[in-house]
Amino acid sequence: MIAEKQMTHRSKKRSLRNIFIGLVPFAYLSPSILLLSVLAILPIAMVFRYSLMNNVIMEKNPVFVGFANYAKLLSDEVFHKAFANTMYFTAMSVIFHLILGLGFALLLNTKLLPQMTRAIFRVIYVLPWVFTATIIAILWRLLLNPNGVINYLILVSGLSSEKIEWLSSKELALHTVTFINIWSGYPFYMVSLLAGLQGIPGEYYEAATIDGANGRQLFRYITLPQLKPIILSLAMLDFIWTMHQFTLIWMTTGGGPLRVTEMLSTLTYKLAFSSYKFSQASASAFIILALSLIVALFYVRQQRATDD
Amino acid sequence: MTKKASIRTARLLVILGLILGAIFSGFPILWMTASSFKSNMEIFAFPPRLITESFSFNAYKVVLGDPEKRRFFLNSYLVSGLVTVLTLFVGTLAGYSFSRYKFRFKKALNVIIIGVQAVPPITLLIPYFSLIVMLKLYNTYAALVLTYMVFTLSYAIIMMTGYFNTLPRELDEAVLIDGGSRFMALWRVLVPIALPGMVATGIYTFMLAWNEFLFALTLTKTIDMRTVPVGIQMLMGQHSYEWNEMMAMSVLGCLPVLILYLFFQRYFMAGMTAGSVKG
Repeated sequence: MIAEKQMTHRSKKRSLRNIFIGLVPFAYLSPSILLLSVLAILPIAMVFRYSLMNNVIMEKNPVFVGFANYAKLLSDEVFHKAFANTMYFTAMSVIFHLILGLGFALLLNTKLLPQMTRAIFRVIYVLPWVFTATIIAILWRLLLNPNGVINYLILVSGLSSEKIEWLSSKELALHTVTFINIWSGYPFYMVSLLAGLQGIPGEYYEAATIDGANGRQLFRYITLPQLKPIILSLAMLDFIWTMHQFTLIWMTTGGGPLRVTEMLSTLTYKLAFSSYKFSQASASAFIILALSLIVALFYVRQQRATDD
Repeated sequence: MTKKASIRTARLLVILGLILGAIFSGFPILWMTASSFKSNMEIFAFPPRLITESFSFNAYKVVLGDPEKRRFFLNSYLVSGLVTVLTLFVGTLAGYSFSRYKFRFKKALNVIIIGVQAVPPITLLIPYFSLIVMLKLYNTYAALVLTYMVFTLSYAIIMMTGYFNTLPRELDEAVLIDGGSRFMALWRVLVPIALPGMVATGIYTFMLAWNEFLFALTLTKTIDMRTVPVGIQMLMGQHSYEWNEMMAMSVLGCLPVLILYLFFQRYFMAGMTAGSVKG
């Protein structure tokens, strides 16, 4: 009897202890869980709720309107335009980031030049990445000014007989902002791909060379397949982040002229903080979130495939 | 002979490519720096020249002599510094937990933390605006520090978990056997060893905070609360374009990140690539 009592007492004590031990990891995590709940989960729930109301923040008693805001947006021409612009801007950026990043990484990985020379070039190549979007925006506004140095070079070389309005022309503005974004974003690829290149075992190349493979074949059958997982990860992360780009557009064209550079992010910002249509802005913001999460899902799946 | 010749042409081509690339990436920055030493009259001089007769540090003197602009820098340093310290502290605790314990909802939490990295800032902006106003934090440092942490913290947790995973568990066990607590093991043994990882994470965090624009633009209002990126933008609207001052401010604005980069290049790269290659 006594022994039995002692046993239950002990096991009770043990289960309490177990609960306590089970809580330890959460103690370490509690500040993070608290912060991320308030800063990520709660706001996403809020923005979804806002998107189903007639007009929050401005109205004292907002009314539930279902998916009316979404319907309105999806039939709105400006929204279509912003979506198309965002996709063009993002897709072109990702493609050219990859081309430039891979090209520079291959150049920097050459065995033909001494280490020191390569290190100096690497620092120069990374520079655009060190600059914040605000600074990149005004830097290019200076260079691309109608009276700026790039127009001077074009005039002098005879490529054009008149000054080009890079950022305020209806035809050019979207291409120009895309170019600026390409310039500022390739180092991210370059650095990662350079690390990837240096991780490919030299024996692979030696063996293939002995078998008589030429430079192009080495690239096609060894370099590219070895880099593929990194390239896929980079492209998907870049796709998500470029889709969110706001600062660069806001500081160069503000979405103009005549909305030719309007992106989903700038449109959403204007809906909220210029037109005070917070509910419509919330619907737009939620659509951007959904698009991003779809790409993120591919990213996670790809990561898992690499891990296996 | 032909082999030697072909190696020589290959080397020439590589050098040519490298120089063209350096012009592409370096020239805009060179031009920006050069313009900060010009007088505003000569910014768009025809024909343009890299260095003009008016070469001077005047623009820098104006920027640094203006208390309003100095305040932008003070604000940026303060906010970025606070974000970095808090992120590292909270992120290290969480990373330790993820690395050393098994617990329920671990996988779900992990998915949320990675997922946060894909959430668009613009999506969070509208609810942040109402939350910050509700909490009476509008136009304060706290508003910026708190909201910046959503992205820096999730990044830091991923990074620190990765670093702790590379450290052998025997290290913690040695401390436990000596009678120390788990927390001691973390604080006295793991943190000093994980310092390179913390530096990498800290630098990247500082950079994210230093460069942030959207939240700073929307969640502050008065000029004395503005950070450098927003300050530069205001400079652009305010005057009739004092280009040389804007360039001087841009040079000063990217100095901290550039210095961090040059000094901690290796850490910096590690921080940057770890997040992307192994998410």
